[in-house]
Amino acid sequence: MADKTITVEVLRYRPEQDPAPEFQRYQVPFSDDMSVLQALLYIKDELDETLSFRWSCRMAICGSCGMMINGDPKLSCKTFLRDIHPATVRVEALNHFPIERDLVVVMDDFIDKLERIQPYIIPAEPRSLDQGAYLQTPAQLDKYEQFSSCINCLLCYAACPQYGLNPTFIGPGALALLHRYNADSRDGASAQRMELVAAEEGVFNCTAVGYCSEVCPKHVDPANAVNQNKTTAAADYFARFLKPKGSGK
Amino acid sequence: MESFKADVVIVGAGGAGLRAAIAVAEADPGLAIALVSKVYPMRSHTVAAEGGSAGVAQAHDSFEHHFNDTVSGGDWLCEQDVVEYFVAQCPQEMVQLEHWGCPWSRKPDGHVNVRAFGGMKIERTWFAADKTGFHMLHTLFQTSIKYPSIKRFDEHFCADLIVEDGRAQGVVVIGIASGEFMLIEAGAVVFATGGAGRVFRENTNGGIVTGDGMALAYRHGVPLRDMEFVQYHPTCMPGTGLLFTEACRGEGGFLLNKDGYRYLQDYGLGPAEPVPRNKAMELGPRDRLSQAFWHEQQKGRTIEGPHGSVVHLDLRHLGERKLRERLPQIYELAEEFLGVDPAKTPIPVRPAVHYTMGGILVDGSCAAPLPGLYAAGECSSVGIHGANRLGSNSLAELCVFGKVAGIEAARFARTVSPSAAATLQKQAQASEHRARAIVAKSDGTERIAHLRKEMAETMERGCGIYRLGDSMQATCDKLDELRQRYKNIGIEDKSSVWNSNWLMAIELGFQLDVAQAMAYSALNRKESRGAHQRLDGFEQRDDEHYLKHTLALFDGDGRPRIDYSPVRITKSRPAVRAYGAAGEQAEKEARHG
Repeated sequence: MADKTITVEVLRYRPEQDPAPEFQRYQVPFSDDMSVLQALLYIKDELDETLSFRWSCRMAICGSCGMMINGDPKLSCKTFLRDIHPATVRVEALNHFPIERDLVVVMDDFIDKLERIQPYIIPAEPRSLDQGAYLQTPAQLDKYEQFSSCINCLLCYAACPQYGLNPTFIGPGALALLHRYNADSRDGASAQRMELVAAEEGVFNCTAVGYCSEVCPKHVDPANAVNQNKTTAAADYFARFLKPKGSGK
Repeated sequence: MESFKADVVIVGAGGAGLRAAIAVAEADPGLAIALVSKVYPMRSHTVAAEGGSAGVAQAHDSFEHHFNDTVSGGDWLCEQDVVEYFVAQCPQEMVQLEHWGCPWSRKPDGHVNVRAFGGMKIERTWFAADKTGFHMLHTLFQTSIKYPSIKRFDEHFCADLIVEDGRAQGVVVIGIASGEFMLIEAGAVVFATGGAGRVFRENTNGGIVTGDGMALAYRHGVPLRDMEFVQYHPTCMPGTGLLFTEACRGEGGFLLNKDGYRYLQDYGLGPAEPVPRNKAMELGPRDRLSQAFWHEQQKGRTIEGPHGSVVHLDLRHLGERKLRERLPQIYELAEEFLGVDPAKTPIPVRPAVHYTMGGILVDGSCAAPLPGLYAAGECSSVGIHGANRLGSNSLAELCVFGKVAGIEAARFARTVSPSAAATLQKQAQASEHRARAIVAKSDGTERIAHLRKEMAETMERGCGIYRLGDSMQATCDKLDELRQRYKNIGIEDKSSVWNSNWLMAIELGFQLDVAQAMAYSALNRKESRGAHQRLDGFEQRDDEHYLKHTLALFDGDGRPRIDYSPVRITKSRPAVRAYGAAGEQAEKEARHG
């Protein structure tokens, strides 16, 4: 099945033995339908058991296998060797995150941010189960559905130059999810989430580079979410001067 | 060893584990919950479920219909009292998810929409486009963040279950980032660790689906029930096994052989009509469809591809617009992984292992025979799937029985007090010693990846869609051999931080035990039922001898002991399992008879 070989260069870092990260090269036999992930699995199975990386579903939905591939943040499961060959595949841990080991990054910062945005429905009008489901028209669903498709793969964080400069920035993925709840017709807590949006770590960090949306493997378009919130946050800011506090939306 | 004291520890943070954690938190906010997962919760394999989740939703549907579909779909090997409870709870759990924010697809008037699914008489599958598992998982995970009593142990690998004084009292976990062991003490333990499909070669499962909880419960004396029933999903990507959801057919897709003929009509599923009729043709159950593929292959009517024989999943007549709206993920998978535009070209598909119907024996309260141990989701055998699971029943199961497991574990935890900490510590240290011995050994010569491959190949040969006594025996023998050779594995990686080489070696140990339970259970069932089909003189269902559950019991180094237990029949007597026109006829006769 495998009729050619490709060179895969992997940035290795084992904190217990390596003073600094360095590249290691492997030769991998491949066929045209193989992904970069399959190449890494081949290395682990046949060439070097010590290589560590996260992966699971193989179909771009679990969000585990984000890494830098030839300089761009990508999911390794849906990046294909045929599109790189005959060039070398150069694989590194995601930018802007500390390396735990090899291709595994420390992602505590993202998890912490996800927890801070209150990523759950705080109902505008609570319903009991006996009252059944909320009504939500396809148009209302459409307002947030795209932003609910974030798989937390962190590619947008690796792409975001502002996050690289200022890690306190909430960042594209978590802001898209924040927007997802604010834009949901069932939710009534956008005012409290907007405090975070307008805060120092919020949307105004974004300089509208838009690379986050370009690399998003699920077309979430976090830049769009961030921009919508810039407008809302700015309007809220000016509204404070126009209306007395507590006068409602 | 460091220890953490919880009231309830839950292992696995997919759909069932998260639902269980929320149930405990809501039942009693004073209970400390430890939620352990070897990955971050949103990576759990629930994420890959596509088509939808069952729950009666329409006026002309009923719990009785859902019950009958499930029990006949399971070829009468279901616990009928449990199925009755299950179908009655499904709609409420789907509404609960809706309240928590799940983006269910809607009708123009804003009500939740439902779609048709295989083996279901009436449309009752709730869906969020074709990413239902993804949305359910993220909804549950994000909702779980609301509850301060849920303490997560993300990327912690469960190495052992602690059993003391005749009951489960906690787990030993490895922090993956540090390699450090920790004892989590608890009044009750819930396993929600998912299935074991990775013991087969071509499968739809993520790399993490290695039967961990099944193996741990089994090693501690809990029977694994009905392990021979392994579901082949009929429409998967050749080579990788990635899933093309049954919703492709629910939305009207056709299956075609090399002559462009809808071959399912030759296998008792017809008549072939232009619009799918429920419980007929492409909307038949998965076992029957995978079996039909096998026969087409024997007749030389499949298409040869680089990864074996295929048939065509034809979605062209649905049109690009509908496909993008209802099946966007399928569209992308076909385009990106296969270079096929499904609006223009049929998708090549073949069956692959998808789901383990069997699992840890539990009763309707999700309680295992070992006091203090509960299980929910794919790792468990609560009794709703029988010999063949219907699509969309497993996502609903996660919610219905995740909740039950949580409530029951919380109730149990309040009634017990822990054994002396020193006793538990001693056990935990022994577990640590065993787990570290795998990596400490310096003279092992067997490579884990090679043993894993041999295991997966022999499972496919002996325990595939159709089975023969000889080949099942060969698989049993091979697994016995592999378990011996496993003792001689060599681990290259000796480090502590993120040593996935070591963890995969432990997983392989789990997989070999579970595979052995499957193969011996299969060998001993001398009949054909649901997903267990034999071609060696046992082609028929044999209710006289085998209307019973298989129980596999662990016997250390040896072979599993195989035992049987009765099936609980309440209101549906075993009958002919028929689909298509024959099924409608049988139903009519049953009504009048």
